[in-house]
Amino acid sequence: MGTRNYRRKTSHSEHGPGDGGRTGSWRVERPVLDQNLCTPCKRNKESCFICWLFCPEVVISRTIPPAFNLEYCKGCGICAEECPTKAITMVDEAKFSEEEKE
Amino acid sequence: MHIIENGNVAAALGVKLCRANVIAAYPITPQTPLTERLSEYVESGEMKAEYIPVESEHSALAVCIAASSAGARTFTATSANGLLYMHEQVQWASGARLPIVMCVVNRAVGAPWNVWNDQQDSISQRDTGWIQIYCSDHQQIIDTVIKAYWLAEKVSIPIMVCYDGYILSHTYMPFDLPDQEKVDAFLPPFKPEYALNPDQPANLNTVTLPDVRTDIHGELAHGYMEIRYLLQEDLRTTITAAAEAEKRFADIFGRVSDPHIEPYRCDDADFVAVGMGSLTYQLRVCVDALRNEGFRVGVMGVRYYRPFPDEAIAQAMKGKQGIIVFEKALSYGYEGALASDLKSALYEHLAGTGSLPAVQNFIAGIGGREIRTEDLTNTFRAALQSRISKEPLWIGLKL
Repeated sequence: MGTRNYRRKTSHSEHGPGDGGRTGSWRVERPVLDQNLCTPCKRNKESCFICWLFCPEVVISRTIPPAFNLEYCKGCGICAEECPTKAITMVDEAKFSEEEKE
Repeated sequence: MHIIENGNVAAALGVKLCRANVIAAYPITPQTPLTERLSEYVESGEMKAEYIPVESEHSALAVCIAASSAGARTFTATSANGLLYMHEQVQWASGARLPIVMCVVNRAVGAPWNVWNDQQDSISQRDTGWIQIYCSDHQQIIDTVIKAYWLAEKVSIPIMVCYDGYILSHTYMPFDLPDQEKVDAFLPPFKPEYALNPDQPANLNTVTLPDVRTDIHGELAHGYMEIRYLLQEDLRTTITAAAEAEKRFADIFGRVSDPHIEPYRCDDADFVAVGMGSLTYQLRVCVDALRNEGFRVGVMGVRYYRPFPDEAIAQAMKGKQGIIVFEKALSYGYEGALASDLKSALYEHLAGTGSLPAVQNFIAGIGGREIRTEDLTNTFRAALQSRISKEPLWIGLKL
């Protein structure tokens, strides 16, 4: 099954999740949250959310705990850089693929 | 109605008859009088279009790309270094499949600076995915502009209408000015498959990944490679669509011409000269002179350079003893690009048939060096005796 009958001959995308493709595959480092350091997690109150505010791809949820949508997270690391309590660590993706193999 | 005008005005009148909606251009010799004339038509209200003056050729084509994406019929024109400055947007327009028509008034490229005619500018844009059509006189210029809009919109591929600077752009010649009603019958209003619309927002030509993807409607959408393949596929079928454009044009205007090539006294010829643009009409004078001397020679103009009408050219050359390719451009480091393409077509269609004509390549008129008909005839005659050189020979070189 190919794209022969696709209705357009150009690159054309509409607003909606992932119409630019699954950009999560570009990621080489994954954000990992330590809930013991994350402000809304510790207080169990809607607060801080600086990671949500700064994420350029809008893949972090404004929830407790904040969740990362790894389908589209490119692994830029801005959330980890901006987190005032250093609750987010960027971890090499290779580590996860080894775990998935095991 | 027959009028006497110069080649640039012939092009401007063609654009006006086609009711282009948006014109954006930056002046460069020898194209300037063409866009000046269009700005006058817009200023006087004779033409209902937006004329957008820009600060560069790159911007001129960028404006056309945006306007065409919004569903407007667009026009621009340039020459030489202006075309080269546009190069990034040239690639963009074809990848985005926008039916922009652009006149390239052929001029030599710098360095060194030179404003005179050769065809290095458009030949250097050969691989950009545009259709390229070369004109040999004023009637062809105006007719080709009209046909180009129909064809570009039919196949969603932009077209360069190329004609020689000064030799055609600044000389006066009588030609038939088509009636507006007939042009309207030939060319319906532009109706794009998708036009930018705030009610249906879309991203056009954003980052397209190496692999295919599922779009938000759940359909499998092209990756970059599929989009590029379709451009190639559609350019190859443009050879057929061009024939359809010619037939449609002939039915309405009564002017019949071969869509891809323009042979003159080729049928019984042993040797055929091949070229593009006004040079091929000059070569007709040489052919007549050599025929009077008893040589069986002809000349064939190549009108479509991209897509390259390889089969039509090879069939026309079948059984010939030799082909002499005269070019006003060069693929530096090898030979004339037309000579290479022609040899490729001969190999593809005639290898193994026992008839593979020898090909001699001449380079002429670089940077506007005068091409004297007598020199051209003498060169042509000398090439009939035997193949002179494997390397392309430069006519009129004073080294």
